[in-house]
Amino acid sequence: MPAEAIPGEMGVFEIHTKSIDVDRVIAAVANPAAGAIATFIGTTRESNEGRRVTRLEYEAYPEMAVAEMRRIGDVARERWAISEIAIAHRVGIVPVGEASVVIAVSSAHRVAAFEACHFAIDRLKEVVPIWKKEHFEGGELWIGSQTGEAFPTGQRAPRP
Amino acid sequence: MNVRVLFFASLREKVKKSETRQTVADGATVGDLWASLCREHAALEPMTASVSFAVNREYATRDVVLSDDDEVALIPPVSGGVDTSRAAV
Repeated sequence: MPAEAIPGEMGVFEIHTKSIDVDRVIAAVANPAAGAIATFIGTTRESNEGRRVTRLEYEAYPEMAVAEMRRIGDVARERWAISEIAIAHRVGIVPVGEASVVIAVSSAHRVAAFEACHFAIDRLKEVVPIWKKEHFEGGELWIGSQTGEAFPTGQRAPRP
Repeated sequence: MNVRVLFFASLREKVKKSETRQTVADGATVGDLWASLCREHAALEPMTASVSFAVNREYATRDVVLSDDDEVALIPPVSGGVDTSRAAV
């Protein structure tokens, strides 16, 4: 069961503490007006930069993560003619081969679904406050911490 | 003023706590808060260039002025941000 689920007519954005039910994310966007459903599934890969990965571990700032996911949905809806979008991200340990994130987008025609789905995962990785810790043979490492730059300024205006 | 500060991921491991309350001067900015936290926790200092901030669950720049009881999250780099396009939305 998701730890925090925000259902609604404008899409579903959730943080899950256990394995993600992909069919359920798809069901959240399926509807009779859609001729296409595009999905993206991010999975734990067994190697990274020459290291043998044993598992990934994700940590979230859940309330803000869901808010940022919802914003991604809003932008996707503005830029493409899509019907619905759903994003589910798992936190905690995600073993090799299992899904950490599932995105589904429905639209009348397939180009919009493909493009919006691509945008959604790229944008999620930039702005959603969820962190990935790689456990590998010999150690562990927070991904992004060694080379990461601060989120670009100016993307949100300072409050008056 | 008193604000709630949240630590995540690598920052949480460095300071060994996930949250704290911090007293700051009236008119203090996010940047002022960060400087104050670095004075208390030297391990934070190296993260200065790479940390981002959120105030009440919205990204905020360092010049944002804080209000009493704000929730300030310290956001280390999120995964995958380096390689993807940073085109403005």
